[in-house]
Amino acid sequence: MLYRENGQFKSTYRADQQMLPVLQDRLFMLGLVAFAFLVVPFAVSDYFFLSMLIPFLILALAAIGLNLLVGYCGQISIGHAAFMAVGAYAAWNLMVRIPGMNFLVALVLAGLIAAAVGMLFGVPSLRIKGLYLAVATLAAQFFIDWMFARVKWFTDYSHSGSVSTAPIEMFGWRVDSPAEKYVFLLAILIVFTILAKNLVRGHIGRAWMATRDMDVAAEVIGIRPVYAKLTAFAVSSFYCGVAGALWGFVYLGAWEPLAFNLTLSLNLLFMIIIGGMGSIMGSYFGAAFIVVLPILLNQIPQWLGVPISTATASHMEFMIFGALIVLFLIMEPHGLARLWAIGKEKLRLWPFPH
Amino acid sequence: MHAMKAHIPVVVLCSVLVVGLFAPLVLGLSATGFWLEVLLGGLMAGVLYSLVALGFVLIFKASGVFNFAQGAMVLFAALAVARLAERMPLWAAILVAIVIMIVLAIVIERVVLRPLVNQEAVALLMATLGVTYFLDGFGQTVWGSDIYAIELGIAREPVMILDNLLEGGILINRDDVAAAIVAIILVGLLALFFQKTATGRALRAVADDHQAAQSIGIPLNRIWVIVWAVAGIVAIVAGVIWGGKLGVQFSISLVALKALPVVILGGFTSVPGAIIGGLIIGVGEKMAEVFLAPPLVAAFDLAGGGIENWFAYVLALLFLLVRPEGLFGERHIDRV
Repeated sequence: MLYRENGQFKSTYRADQQMLPVLQDRLFMLGLVAFAFLVVPFAVSDYFFLSMLIPFLILALAAIGLNLLVGYCGQISIGHAAFMAVGAYAAWNLMVRIPGMNFLVALVLAGLIAAAVGMLFGVPSLRIKGLYLAVATLAAQFFIDWMFARVKWFTDYSHSGSVSTAPIEMFGWRVDSPAEKYVFLLAILIVFTILAKNLVRGHIGRAWMATRDMDVAAEVIGIRPVYAKLTAFAVSSFYCGVAGALWGFVYLGAWEPLAFNLTLSLNLLFMIIIGGMGSIMGSYFGAAFIVVLPILLNQIPQWLGVPISTATASHMEFMIFGALIVLFLIMEPHGLARLWAIGKEKLRLWPFPH
Repeated sequence: MHAMKAHIPVVVLCSVLVVGLFAPLVLGLSATGFWLEVLLGGLMAGVLYSLVALGFVLIFKASGVFNFAQGAMVLFAALAVARLAERMPLWAAILVAIVIMIVLAIVIERVVLRPLVNQEAVALLMATLGVTYFLDGFGQTVWGSDIYAIELGIAREPVMILDNLLEGGILINRDDVAAAIVAIILVGLLALFFQKTATGRALRAVADDHQAAQSIGIPLNRIWVIVWAVAGIVAIVAGVIWGGKLGVQFSISLVALKALPVVILGGFTSVPGAIIGGLIIGVGEKMAEVFLAPPLVAAFDLAGGGIENWFAYVLALLFLLVRPEGLFGERHIDRV
């Protein structure tokens, strides 16, 4: 009843090209952002921040990055945690080696370094695609894992090979408490979401999607596949690099060489499959799902009074993830985002469907 | 002339590999006996990779599905055999495991493959990723997640051979030799199955051309069940050999990922390619670990070697750049 677009006329090109053309969507988004900034930081316990909201925000950023590559450009990658690792170690080295480094500058530089590495490992995509590319990105995963574990320079010759970070401080603001971390991450995520949203509806995003849908046709209409694929790899790795740096600095604080392993890569892939490939919104859904499901699986048996060992819970988690992925690929290949869109369509007619 | 030119990078890459293989010997970095031991160790690891890769190739040939779950199937089969063998003799356990893998093949075909028929290859790849996770979780829930042993009844102590020919002789393990023999028998049986039986011919027809096969009355769905079942049985063999050697544990599922570079190297559609690719990867990474890692560690001041973790993948990456269809694969992949 409330969700109607009757009477909302667009009389300018500006109005026609808005990100959220429907007034109710804009109001909902504004309300959501206001709620996230003004209410959540004061209403939620530290445990909730640390175990859910902070990982959710960072993983959503990484999922957006992977989605740009897999969902929009159609190039599969099972090695994106490696680019998160590049971002994390790059940021760490920049912070440690350059005194007085601003964290935001380090974050952007880390993203750029990750983008360069991502482009390097994206080069095979110019000759191969699909399954073959999957193996090429696996090579990136294992090689980069090894590199950060073995080359001592990257960890500044620390004995255990693990690194730890100082609390983030910039412009006189010490991001220390969970609520502050949350606000900081939320601000970054919103900026990057708006960027991504605009990238994918601009000419680069259209080039990506054309390449994804049919590379030969895209080439015929004048899209350079080299340009489209390498920019997709670069932007995607940039996002993941930034997310990796945040994961290391804000969420983990200190991490060991294999913190960014294959499991994380696969989890990122699951996020975009479940959330919805080719959808920014879907990246959020997927990240939320992956963060919340293990916690729920641990909690639900307790609420029900059924004792379940942590090992069984983690096996159940594996099984449920696996089954859900197959289920989503069969029933709804566009994921939760598509369900959301269907829900909105239904809402437009509710309560008087045709 | 053009064809010759296209092969130059492959020739260069292969010669680098061969030179790398013999360099330690020629440069006098190692005694002949030790070098042979490393070579044999690599070959043995290679046999295991080949067995996993064989499952990949069978499924890819018959259904065009890139089966990421082959490693999980090896783990599942090994767990099944290990736990069943606690209650019954080994041969009975293996028989029961074969039945289980056949049921699994039927279920996978019904639940996963049939609804996804005609989807793009990448969607199917992701579906097998889902199957991987499901099998990993399911296997450990049903069979338990500790480390289990499979007792093959082969004496553990290594035998010394060639000790009158070479100084120091060569130590080899009896179970390694048994594994190699089993692998050879399995490949021979598979070759017979493919060449001589009606089902085998049907499988090859499907591999060649789905539509043509279907139009002459070959039931695709049944073929898929058969091929997944055969891949499951290959997984049992790989799992039993591997489990007998190193114990059955979760890491099998990860190590089996090495079969991916193996099939890239050998070619997705070639059974001999899977075998030879496995041997090349096995030998290559052992040689690299033993002879290439120490100089690297010394030169770049690394915190230890461990290059066998990525050697196979990077080698496959290089091959992808110069010859994406692999050494023995059919040359009709989509170039971009």
